[in-house]
Amino acid sequence: MTVSKRFRWSAVLDHSILIMGALLMILPVVMLLQMASTTDVHTMKNGPGLVFGDQLPLNFQKAMFKADGFTGANTGVRMLYNSMILGFGFAIGKIVVGMMAAYAIVYFRLRFATLAFWVIFTTLLLPLEVRILPSYEIVQKLGMLNTYQGLIIPLIASATATFFFRQFFRAIPEELVEAARIDGAGPIKFFVDILVPLSRTMIAAMFIIMFIYGWNQYLWPTMITTDEGMYTLVRGIKQITQVNEGTNLPEYGRSNLLSIIAILPPVLIVIFFQRWFVKGLTESDK
Amino acid sequence: MAQVTLNNVRKVYPNGFEAVKPASFAINDGEFVVLVGPSGCGKSTMLRMIAGLEDISSGELNIGDRVVNDVDPADRDIAMVFQNYALYPHMTVAKNIGYGLKNRKIPADQIAAKVQEAATMLNLTEYLDRKPSQLSGGQRQRVAMGRAIVRDPSLFLFDEPLSNLDAKLRNQMRIEIKALQRRLGVTSVYVTHDQVEAMTMADRIIVMNGGVIEQIGTPSEVYHSPASTFVASFMGAPPMNLLNGHAAGGRVRVGDHDLHHHDQDRPLTVGIRPEDIVPDTTGPLQINVSLIEELGAHRLLHGTLQDQAITIHVGKDHPVTTGPIYAAVKPNAVSLFDVESGMRL
Amino acid sequence: MKRAGFSHRWLPILFLVPQLAIIFVFFYWPALHAIRSSFFLQDPFGFGENFVGLKNYTAMFKSAAYMRSAWFTVIFTVLVTVLSLSIALLLAVKADKVIRGAKTYRTLLMWAYAVAPPVAGVIGLVLFDQSWGPIKDFVALFGWDFRLGVNYFDTAFAMIFVSVWKQLPVNFIFFMSGLQSIPKSVREAALIDNRSASGRFWDVTFPLLAPTGFFLLITNITYALFDTFGIIDTIVKGKPGNNPMTLVYKVYVDGFRGNDLGGSSAQSVVLMILVLALTVFQFRLVERRIHYT
Ligand SMILES: Nc1ncnc2c1ncn2[C@@H]1O[C@H](COP(=O)(O)OP(=O)(O)OP(=O)(O)O)[C@@H](O)[C@H]1O
Ligand SMILES: [Mg+2]
Repeated sequence: MTVSKRFRWSAVLDHSILIMGALLMILPVVMLLQMASTTDVHTMKNGPGLVFGDQLPLNFQKAMFKADGFTGANTGVRMLYNSMILGFGFAIGKIVVGMMAAYAIVYFRLRFATLAFWVIFTTLLLPLEVRILPSYEIVQKLGMLNTYQGLIIPLIASATATFFFRQFFRAIPEELVEAARIDGAGPIKFFVDILVPLSRTMIAAMFIIMFIYGWNQYLWPTMITTDEGMYTLVRGIKQITQVNEGTNLPEYGRSNLLSIIAILPPVLIVIFFQRWFVKGLTESDK
Repeated sequence: MAQVTLNNVRKVYPNGFEAVKPASFAINDGEFVVLVGPSGCGKSTMLRMIAGLEDISSGELNIGDRVVNDVDPADRDIAMVFQNYALYPHMTVAKNIGYGLKNRKIPADQIAAKVQEAATMLNLTEYLDRKPSQLSGGQRQRVAMGRAIVRDPSLFLFDEPLSNLDAKLRNQMRIEIKALQRRLGVTSVYVTHDQVEAMTMADRIIVMNGGVIEQIGTPSEVYHSPASTFVASFMGAPPMNLLNGHAAGGRVRVGDHDLHHHDQDRPLTVGIRPEDIVPDTTGPLQINVSLIEELGAHRLLHGTLQDQAITIHVGKDHPVTTGPIYAAVKPNAVSLFDVESGMRL
Repeated sequence: MKRAGFSHRWLPILFLVPQLAIIFVFFYWPALHAIRSSFFLQDPFGFGENFVGLKNYTAMFKSAAYMRSAWFTVIFTVLVTVLSLSIALLLAVKADKVIRGAKTYRTLLMWAYAVAPPVAGVIGLVLFDQSWGPIKDFVALFGWDFRLGVNYFDTAFAMIFVSVWKQLPVNFIFFMSGLQSIPKSVREAALIDNRSASGRFWDVTFPLLAPTGFFLLITNITYALFDTFGIIDTIVKGKPGNNPMTLVYKVYVDGFRGNDLGGSSAQSVVLMILVLALTVFQFRLVERRIHYT
């Protein structure tokens, strides 16, 4: 009797803690959504409330199609498109470049393999943020400001994916490549027929992590894109909050809804591909 | 089909370690040769040089009438079965077996026919659409075999193909592999450290130790006339008894027991298989038995002969007790070795 | 390298070229450039530069603003790391324990991983809004007149709050996977050896989580130093003024806005050294960890 009773009390405590944690994570976003469902005038007077309004469609319309600035190019649709390009371009680029380099390092007899390894893996040491200005200058010199290449390629210049695939390839039994060689597979065939299919889950996991990472980039796009047509959602939000600052009636509905749209694709990916996502995160960071 | 010839083939790894000292031997067409020896003696290295997976440091390797030192593994017309099978995990059984053929640009219908044929031979037909992870150990083993035989190679290479199986399955697969090889008549080199496999499967056994070939011979030669004390103690379970003895006046003696004849006067090592010592109340040897191992079909008696450890193998019908017994050595069952070098005299 | 690797002359080089090219142009070149610039003084009008030795560094360490920012960074990093690690550990232990709804809790606690830092900043702006921010209203009940962007301490509080919030999911996920990798047999043995749940936690679970914790410690420090940029930039609304700022944010403000290239580069170099030290420390720990398990 006493045992089961004590157990129940501790369970109640556990659940209360978890519910509080879950609310802490979820309420702020519900709040943004609520504010996006009422008129800006209402929000301006009352702030976030408990009742949802009927303004979501209108605000959605504004969020997707209205633009600020001089060119009118930074509509929500345009920014969403740019974010997609950054997310996909970064993830695909990183995985392709990383897999190829890891393949060369692990599966070939290279005289300078150790050197290549160190040259590549030193990049894990310094994040982009500490070399941001000179990177900017170089992109400028190369004429890549306000281009997708300038946005994506410098972000690929760290070897996280390469390192990850190297670890993975090394864990694949030696005999597999030997069997393949006896079966008459050359380096390209082995890569395409065996290594890539074997790495499928790894690629998926990596892709998810990299897509989110690329999508959420802020500092680099802020520096490299000044052309409003090149803004990504994450970068464009700042612009909108700043415009809000200067006006009498800030567009809360629009900016909050844009914030939600900006987090929606990565959040959905995390929720629906949870297993791969967790795998990618916990296995790539170590 | 092919003959394999090694001429002073030697392997030095990049770190300077000489894993195989210069070795020369020939394997006849259709022969089943087993490479046996303790762990780390260089068996795999030897096999992998024949396969082309490891560069040959010096010497010459022929398969058929070609020198293949610099030929790619895929072009040596060989097939190999690995210890962990090395099946492609993402391919079905049929694809696994057919992959080598596909790479040789053989038409799909011919591949299908050959895969079918191999699968029938190996009782794999109902598993052709499964992935390796959905198979038992023995079935995976068969798939690995199928991958090897489907290509009609002129040489089979096996690297401890049965060591991941349990004892019962190992016995069964041993017989299957041997029967298959007989039927196909393909020259085979088989690496193992299990001396039972070596004895039962081989036409000829190559015993290696520390990168050196100690003996090449038929199972019977290797067992009954070991070329060195190493071979004597490696082959056979329990191993051959090795006793310190002395030859003088044409007779070999262990302590004060007279065992054999020999011309020179010298110390030597006397080797006798446990089953060559038979209890005999009128026999010349007095052995003090201290422990009896019951093995069902027979028994092992452990004891001492003049303070030297000795083991005797007796039939199950033989009454035994601990304590002193008398025994005799079968005629011509004594091997003599040099004390220093351990080589047979 | 695999023992039976392919020996092909140009193919591996072809495979390595994209990675190496990108790294040389966008990593080594800028990194070396930053180091070089830190020893030069740029002409403000773009007419050349002068070698000034360590002057940029001495000026930096003498600057009150820099030291203030450095101290803020230290306190900010410690608080963000300690708070988000301990809250996440609590949540992970509970989520690992409950049976009913475990999966739902897990999803609810990890989804925010995908929230971009500036969006987290926007959430902060709303929560602490001057006129109706819910948290601002709440603390007002206790007589705290919260003034985001005006009061140094209040702004710092909001930055830390949002940064902790944003980092909770990462820590939660790693602690969860750390907990799940503790073998069932060990837990069962502990269950037999120790009656008290909290005793089991501190004697068995916590030490076994230590490797994950060490790893997360470094990750969190790096996060607090670098990845909070978007949060800070949003909360100060691009107008740093007298607001608290981290060292990374200051590099950006001085270099990109203030055009003090030499000074900003010197700051970058100091950060590089800091990260290198952290990484070396991390490698040490990783080595220890291998022996540990
Ligand atoms: N790549 C290598 N570099 C250096 N030494 C090696 C290498 N591969 C193997 N060796 C060494 O060469 C010796 C022979 O190795 P090999 O794999 O041929 O042994 P083996 O007889 O097959 O043993 P086992 O029965 O354990 O498989 C061993 O001492 C091993 O340590
Ligand atoms: Mg071996």
